[in-house]
Amino acid sequence: MALLEVRQLKVHFPGRGGWFESRTQPVKAVDGVGFRIEEGQTYGLVGESGSGKTTTGRAIIGLNALTSGSVTFQGQELTLGKRGGKLNFRRDIQMIFQDPYSSLNPKKRLLDIVAEPLRNFERLSPLEEKQRVRELLERVGLSPDSIYKYPHEFSGGQRQRIGIARAIALKPKLIIADEPVSALDLSVQAQVLNFLREIQEEMKLSFLLISHDLGIIRHMCDRIGIMYKGRFVEQGTTEDLFERPQHIYTKRLLSAIPVMDPAKREEQLRFREAVNSEYKEAYERYFDHDGLAYPLKPISATHEVAAPEKG
Amino acid sequence: MHDDLLSIEHLTASFRIGDRYYAAVDDVSLTVRKNEILAIVGESGSGKSALAFSIMGLHTRAKIEGDVRLDGQSLTRLPPSKMNKLRGRDMGMIFQDSLSALNPLMIVGSQIEEALVLHRPGLSKKERKEKTIELLTQVGIAGPELAYEKFPHELSGGMRQRIVIAIAIANEPRLLIADEPTTALDVTIQLQILDLIRKLKSDIGAGVILITHDLGVVAEMADRVAVMYAGQIVEIASLSTLLSNPQHPYTRSLLRSIPASREPKSKLYVIQGIVPSLQHLPRQGCRFRSRIPWIDESAHEEQPEMHEIAPGHFVRCTCYKHFRFPGEEEIRHGAS
Repeated sequence: MALLEVRQLKVHFPGRGGWFESRTQPVKAVDGVGFRIEEGQTYGLVGESGSGKTTTGRAIIGLNALTSGSVTFQGQELTLGKRGGKLNFRRDIQMIFQDPYSSLNPKKRLLDIVAEPLRNFERLSPLEEKQRVRELLERVGLSPDSIYKYPHEFSGGQRQRIGIARAIALKPKLIIADEPVSALDLSVQAQVLNFLREIQEEMKLSFLLISHDLGIIRHMCDRIGIMYKGRFVEQGTTEDLFERPQHIYTKRLLSAIPVMDPAKREEQLRFREAVNSEYKEAYERYFDHDGLAYPLKPISATHEVAAPEKG
Repeated sequence: MHDDLLSIEHLTASFRIGDRYYAAVDDVSLTVRKNEILAIVGESGSGKSALAFSIMGLHTRAKIEGDVRLDGQSLTRLPPSKMNKLRGRDMGMIFQDSLSALNPLMIVGSQIEEALVLHRPGLSKKERKEKTIELLTQVGIAGPELAYEKFPHELSGGMRQRIVIAIAIANEPRLLIADEPTTALDVTIQLQILDLIRKLKSDIGAGVILITHDLGVVAEMADRVAVMYAGQIVEIASLSTLLSNPQHPYTRSLLRSIPASREPKSKLYVIQGIVPSLQHLPRQGCRFRSRIPWIDESAHEEQPEMHEIAPGHFVRCTCYKHFRFPGEEEIRHGAS
């Protein structure tokens, strides 16, 4: 059984506009995506801005209401019923946000930020609570003495680690990380990525990693789903997608990754031109008349592609 | 060299914090040639944007020392009125955040025309509009007449960045400074914008300073690269030299921390410690010293200087000779 299974997830936002803000066509931010995350694995959601990857993550944790579809966590349906049923999974699924500058309340001390999830779910005495927060801070490599400090006293990388300390406070099973390092410098980014992998092994965590950076996705993920306009165009293992990309959109995305070897610059330019002309030529075949991807069809045990209807 | 377009000598830009001045750009010397892309790489706080702003003379409260010469003409001592004439005509700047670089209350067509009104007063209204449409076509906007009438918020991020570029190249500048031109954009859009900058560079033969923190972008674009750390340039080399034979410990560490350069799932290299803030910078000795504490103190110079270790390849301080990553036994001697 997969830890998390998402089926036919749809999140539509009512469109408003025109005369007197009347209803128009809804915006289909997420339009029927499905994937599974196994225990201890990392699943990567890739896509350009506006592809619906963040909305998917937010819908799973309940920050956006689902329009239809289902999300099951350890076999339990998350979307049924209201508050009562959900509370337990809120312990097990946590989120790390993109921007470490706006995701921490500037008026709160570190103690209060990191202890907030503990206060919601566990009855600890103030002394125990302090002890737990100290341990957590130490775990993420911050000085345990800093519990009375405020977020502004920390650098970007340190702040992101505070966010991680908060996310792991309740020993969750799944962490949804939405662009966890895109606001950070290269050397700090490496530090946070290493750290995520460490706690993954130590706590048997699963990750849903949302990112637009294919280098990071390749480095971190076991399985990957590529989104375009709210739908999946391709899904498979990291190797499937990077070594044997099938969908024209995936190919185009991969060809846009900068090459580090200047000797291959010319070669890469030619390759890109080839992919681009293929993209223009094959666009009609790979996308329907609304420019949306077709449903996924399996081409191997692990690899699915949004195949054209015919041929 | 005689075809140097821009030469910067011992440029220092200091800002006042409390009652002292602190140098955000510290004794930077470099040159940019015609039809060349020089990339300046560094992390946030390394002073790369401050350097760009100093070249353009956009710092109003900074104390600027040293000299910046564009085709031999010194810019640092120019009166503001003369500088205003140069800026936007001979030097164009592409800003990072297109949404805040553009005026939200003006259609983009008029914003491009503004650059023409200021620097080419001879043009008639009709000629200006024609030229603007031409510029919009040049930066790859389909349907330039339609785009002319749009407000910035009606355009996508990639389109807005094209408008910013159109303004920067409106008067065919000799020098183009691009400050993180693609940081806010998706990879496929990034590629289009980089292609555009490369094409414009050869079209108008401008020298380009490309400021970025993204080594992938550098590898795609640059002819030469300058690496900045804590306000100083620590290494300058041609792109291929810098990638294949980096010398300064900072450059080598940076290249090691890119996920793409390592085996998937392996541990990435992390530089110890943090970048010291402006007030806490060591003013004596090698600034990278605190990040590589396992290297013997005697490896550093007392007053680190740039050493030319091969033609066109400069490295600051002598510590590069003795640098090794933790766990590496061998000490590499010197450079090729």
